[in-house]
Amino acid sequence: MKIKKNIPLIDQHDKYGFWGGKFGGSFIPETLKKPVEDLTKEFQKLRKNKVFLKKKDYYFKNYIGSPTPFLKLENLSTHLGGAQIWAKVVSDANGGAHKIYNATVHALICKAMGKKYIVGDTGAGYAGKMLSMAAKKFGLKCKIFMGAKDIKRQKPNCIAIRKNGAEIIPVYSGSQTLVDAVSECMRYWVSNCDNTHMCVGSTVGPNIFVKICGFSTTQISRELKTQLKKEFKKIPKKIKLINCVGGGSSAYGFWSEFIDYDKKQIELIGVEAGGPEKSKLHAAPLSRNAKIGILHGAASYVCQDKEGQINETESISAGLDYPGVSPIHCFLKDTKRARYTYATDEAALNAYKMVTKFEKLNPSLEPSHAFAEAIKIAPKLSKDTILIVNSCGDAKKDRDILKKRLGKY
Amino acid sequence: MNNSLINQSFKNAKKENRPALLTYIVAGDNSKKKSLEILKSISKYADICELGFPHNTPIADGGQIQTSSYRAIKNGIKINDVFSIVSKFKKIKNNKPIILMGYYNMIYQYNENKFISKCRQSKVDGLIVVDLPYPENKKFAIKCKKKKINFIQLISPTTSKLRLKKIIKNSHDMVYYISMLSTTGGKLKVSPQKILKEYQKIKNLNKSKNVVIGFGITEKTIKSLKKADGLVVGSQICKEITSSLKKRQNPVINVTNVVRKLINKIR
Repeated sequence: MKIKKNIPLIDQHDKYGFWGGKFGGSFIPETLKKPVEDLTKEFQKLRKNKVFLKKKDYYFKNYIGSPTPFLKLENLSTHLGGAQIWAKVVSDANGGAHKIYNATVHALICKAMGKKYIVGDTGAGYAGKMLSMAAKKFGLKCKIFMGAKDIKRQKPNCIAIRKNGAEIIPVYSGSQTLVDAVSECMRYWVSNCDNTHMCVGSTVGPNIFVKICGFSTTQISRELKTQLKKEFKKIPKKIKLINCVGGGSSAYGFWSEFIDYDKKQIELIGVEAGGPEKSKLHAAPLSRNAKIGILHGAASYVCQDKEGQINETESISAGLDYPGVSPIHCFLKDTKRARYTYATDEAALNAYKMVTKFEKLNPSLEPSHAFAEAIKIAPKLSKDTILIVNSCGDAKKDRDILKKRLGKY
Repeated sequence: MNNSLINQSFKNAKKENRPALLTYIVAGDNSKKKSLEILKSISKYADICELGFPHNTPIADGGQIQTSSYRAIKNGIKINDVFSIVSKFKKIKNNKPIILMGYYNMIYQYNENKFISKCRQSKVDGLIVVDLPYPENKKFAIKCKKKKINFIQLISPTTSKLRLKKIIKNSHDMVYYISMLSTTGGKLKVSPQKILKEYQKIKNLNKSKNVVIGFGITEKTIKSLKKADGLVVGSQICKEITSSLKKRQNPVINVTNVVRKLINKIR
């Protein structure tokens, strides 16, 4: 298994859609074959279409607000000693998280395909909020599938979704979290694929959805590359890019332009949700060595039991609370290009406390997992090491959880 | 596989001038013992029995079958139990074909080859894997055929003409036509005439294939599709188990009544 150079990772799959011969694919019911094929053809076409790309760039700049800031966290770096800590503040994007890139591209594709309805899943509520924003912007009718547990714990985003005129469909099956929301959304698409477009909220699901999402979030690393060159004159010698990983869309977007670099120069570190310290449950299939399984139409490392039943997961962060992970990250793990670890709920909360104490930054619980790793390793590293954390979400949505756990927000 | 039990069942139904009746229940719903009893009892009226091996993340099943699946998993059903239910059933009803139906991850974790061998051992006649479409299923289907197990291809209203031809070419004795864009258990939203027209298109490609229609078929709708080679009822049966349990009645009796009514509608 090997990564090829000069080809985007999203395109390094075989004709059946597998990365490294075993991750990804399209394990879908017959009914979805045609809509998935249509979408694949449309995306191939649009990707090469200059007018479409121009339109995409226009909205990325004028609607999403690219580029998002790249800044040094001076106080945190000084406090910890060791490596310099920097942040790519993707949460400054319109809506407050990286999910806006994928949502905007899906809305543009939906328009191009002449469909009037768009549906999507959401965990933390950001994917749902952004899709509802994009739907409103482009005049599409929108339904968001969300686990009942997540509706309770991510209230601010639910309010935003409804304000944008989208309907939230609560999902009561299974663990009532993201995994069930994705299943229900896919079921809805099976029944309505003739007039409805589906947006999968991360780099997961059948092959084409991994590709579209990766194509969209790659904007993050494209910006970062330019910003690094501007800040340091050239790409520094020792960089570590730290990103939280749930489905893995922000991590892929944060890394994609840097995958071809030697890992000694640019190390990629993914941080999964380790769950509560005292719980056996987690959402860390990569770092806790889950087996390969098929979930939501793709093969990836999946938290599951011996029989193949998908395990319940547990994490304070709804956005990372997912038993599977992108096939692309499985590929990056097995080729050893990226390193994956996890942070517990407690570590993420502590990281949140520390970051907000020293910096004017308000990372949501998802990137707080990435900050936890940065805080852990920074003191041991040299001053010329550049640690960059993707602060990919804003903590406004976590208001209730933070109040409860930290006593304040 | 000309002399397969599945083929035989269709021939027998044809002799009686009616479509074959295929029933679906989830193995282990609501317990291992009960589901075997239900299977034995309904096989008096059903021509072919489908048995689901439940998965907790089913992306193509509606509420009724989901409920049955969760119930069975909660009651501890394991894949080996599914095989043992089939074995026990076959000891009594040697001639009644059994089709296992489920999602690919369960087979993948069990190991494809081991799964197929175990099917053969316990005398499973056919397999439906919901999320392993053509052409991804090519190798698997060949493996099944070698062990004399029918791999059943699915066709849906969205299947293109070209694809349809290829699928039929790669199919074994039976082909499953999904009546409409829906998960299992949806209300029939397409007219029977239209469904039968699509059905005829499939038949015209190869008359020797037994084509069954499923999704949205209940006591109310079954008669209107009588022209098909076979008709599958699943969700209505699962629903009956759920409501029997709620009413603290014996699901074996109630489900058997439903199946008897179904067969009477198409006789």
